[in-house]
Amino acid sequence: MTIDTTLSRRSVLKAGVAAAGVVAMPAYLRAQPAPVKIGILQPVTGALAFDGQQGLIGAEMAIKAINAAGGIKSLGGAKLEMAFGDVRSTPEGGTSEVERLAGENVSAIVGGFASPICLAATQAASRYDLPYIVDVGVSDQIVNRGLKNTFRFAPGFGIVTAQALENLVKINDAAGKPAKTVVLVHEDGLFGSGLAKLLQAELPKRGFEVLDTLSHPTPARDMSNIALQIRAKNPDLVIPSSYYGEFVLLARTMQQQRIKPKGIYAILNGAASNYRFVKEFPEAAENVMDCNHWYDPRNATALAIKKELDAQGKFFTYNVALNYSGVLLLADAIERAASPDRAKIIAALETSTFDKHIMPYGPTKFVNGQNTGAAPVNTQVQKGDIKVIYPDAFADAKAIYPVPA
Amino acid sequence: MFAPDIILAAVLNGLMTGAVYALTAVGLTLVYGVLHIINFAHGAILTAAMFAAFFAWKIGIDPYVAVFALAPIFFALGYALQRFVIGPSSHGEDRNILLVTLGLSIVIENLLLAAFRSDTRSIDVPYGFSVIDLGFTFLSVPRVVAFAASCAAAAILWLILAKTDTGKAIRAVAKEKLGASLVGIDVAHVYAVTFGLGAACLAVAACLLLPTFYVHPRVGNAYVLVAFTIVVLGGMGSVPGALLGGLFIGVVESLSGLFLGESLGQIGIFLIFILVLLVRPTGLFGARA
Repeated sequence: MTIDTTLSRRSVLKAGVAAAGVVAMPAYLRAQPAPVKIGILQPVTGALAFDGQQGLIGAEMAIKAINAAGGIKSLGGAKLEMAFGDVRSTPEGGTSEVERLAGENVSAIVGGFASPICLAATQAASRYDLPYIVDVGVSDQIVNRGLKNTFRFAPGFGIVTAQALENLVKINDAAGKPAKTVVLVHEDGLFGSGLAKLLQAELPKRGFEVLDTLSHPTPARDMSNIALQIRAKNPDLVIPSSYYGEFVLLARTMQQQRIKPKGIYAILNGAASNYRFVKEFPEAAENVMDCNHWYDPRNATALAIKKELDAQGKFFTYNVALNYSGVLLLADAIERAASPDRAKIIAALETSTFDKHIMPYGPTKFVNGQNTGAAPVNTQVQKGDIKVIYPDAFADAKAIYPVPA
Repeated sequence: MFAPDIILAAVLNGLMTGAVYALTAVGLTLVYGVLHIINFAHGAILTAAMFAAFFAWKIGIDPYVAVFALAPIFFALGYALQRFVIGPSSHGEDRNILLVTLGLSIVIENLLLAAFRSDTRSIDVPYGFSVIDLGFTFLSVPRVVAFAASCAAAAILWLILAKTDTGKAIRAVAKEKLGASLVGIDVAHVYAVTFGLGAACLAVAACLLLPTFYVHPRVGNAYVLVAFTIVVLGGMGSVPGALLGGLFIGVVESLSGLFLGESLGQIGIFLIFILVLLVRPTGLFGARA
C-alpha cells in the first residue's frame, strides 16, 4: 500500500469541498462507520411465542443501550444493527433463519430459547463459522458437540440441577432440616422426565426420601388427581418440573384442596419465577421457590430495566435479562476483536472475561463453549414479588422456609 | 393401593371434568351426527369462545353473566359460518366440508395467535378458589357450577330437539334430507341453525371452563379429540348419549390417570373408543350407523 504524501492543489480543493460538506451536514451523518449486523433469533410465533417476545425485548434494549453509549468504539463508534429471525418455535425454523441471516452477512447470532431450536440453529451456524451465543437452551448437548462457534452464557441442565440440589440441602439445613420426604411432580417430556430421573437418584443420597413420582402430560386439562395423590402422601416438600400452564393449574388446585407442604421447591419451572403467574394468582404463587435463571437484583442496570418494563406493563422475565446480557457479551467481544469478522469475534469470545452483564454470575469464562462463571439462583415468591433468596451474595430477601401452615 | 376416599374424590373430579367434555361433545354430536359434517373447526371455535369470555371478563363481565350474551353471539356466528362459508364452499360434498372446516380451524387459530400471541392467560374470579367441603375432599365451586350448567344445557338442547318445530326439522333433515326439503323445510337454514347450536354450546362450555382453566390460541385442541370419542361412544346425534358418554369418559380418564399415571390417563379413553367401534359401532344411544 502506498500513501500519497504530496498535496496537489486539486486534492487540497477536494478536501476543502469535502470539509465544507461535513460542516454543512447534520452531526449524525458525519463519518458514519458501517454498522455491525447482528442476528437475533427468537420464536415470536408458535407455541413459544411468549418466551420469544420476552427474549426479543431484552436483545432490543441491549442494542439500543450500546448504540446510545456510542456503539463499538474500536470500530469508530459503529452502531449495532439488528437482523431479526423468527424461528417459529421449531428447530426447522431455526435452521432456515440461520441460513437467511448468514446470507445477510450478520457477524454473530444471539438467541434461540428452546433447546431443540438451539441445537439445530447452532449446528447450522457452525457451517458458516458464525459465532452463536445461546441465550437459554439448557440441554447440555448444545455445548457438548465440540462446535467452535457455539457459546452458552447461561448455565445448562447439569450446572442448574447440581446447584439446585446443593442449594436445597443448604436451605433445608439452615432451617433445621424440616423436610425429609419429597414428592416429585414432572411433565412427561424430555425435560421433566430427565429431571425426575436425576432427582430420584440424587435426593436419597442427600437424606431425602422420595415418596412418589407423579408424571403428567403437557397439556394437562386437570391436575386434581395429582393434587389428591400429593395429599395422600403428605410430603414435606413438593418438587415440580412442569411448563407454565400445568404448574399454574397444580398450584391453584393445591391451594383449593388446602394442600400445604413445608415447601414447594421447583427446578427450572415454567411458572414459579414468572411475574405473570405471581400477578394473576398471588395466593397460589406465594412462597413457591424456584431454582432458575434470574437477573442480579442488586445490579443497577437490571433494576432500571425492570422499572422501564414495569412502566410499559411488560414482565421482566429471565429471557429479557439473558438476552440483554448476551448482546452485551457479544458487543464486548466485537469491541475487543475490533472487527466485524466472524473468526475474530469467536476468538474474542473464547477469551472473554466479560462482567458487565446483569446476571448474578462472576466474570465470563468459556470452557468448551460453556460459561463456567454462570450459575442459577434460588428465587421465592414473597408478598407478590419474586425475590432472590440464595446464594447470599445475590440475595435480596431471606427464605421463608418452612412455609408457615 | 389408594384409599377409598381418594378413589371417590377422583370419581367426583372425573364427573365434573366429564360434564364439560359432554358439553363440547353435545355441540359436536349435532354437527357431526346430524349434518354429517366432521367439524375440524370445533376446537378453534371453542378457543375463540374462551377468548371472548376472557375479554368479557377483562371489561368487567363475569363469565357466568357473559354466557347469556356469548351463547346467542356464537349462535349467530355459527349460523353465518355454515350459511355463508361452509355451506356454499362445500358444493354438497362431504370431503369438501372436511377440508373447509380444517382450513377454518387453521385460519381461526392463527388469527387468534396473531392477535393475542401464544400467551397463556387465565382469570382470577373471586369465587375461583371457593370450595365445598365434603369431609374427605374439597369440591371446587366453579367446577360444580360447570357440572350443573352442562347438564342443564344438555337438557335444554334435548328439549329443543324433541319438542320444538326447529328440533323436529333438524331431526327430519338428519334422517332424510331430500324428504325434508320436499315437505318444505329449508335445508340450508336448518343446517345453519344446527351449526349455530353447536357453536352456542361451545360458548357455554367456554364460559364454564374459564374460571378454572386457562386460554391460549391452541387450547381447544385438548378437548376436540375427546369430544369425537364421546360422540362415537354416545351415538351420533344423540344428546343424552353425549351427556352420559362425556361423564363416563371423564370418570374413566380420571381413574386411569390415578391408577396408570396421569401420562397414561388418556389410554382408557381410546381403549373404550376402540372397544365401542368393535362391539357397538352405533354407540350407546345410536339408532343407526
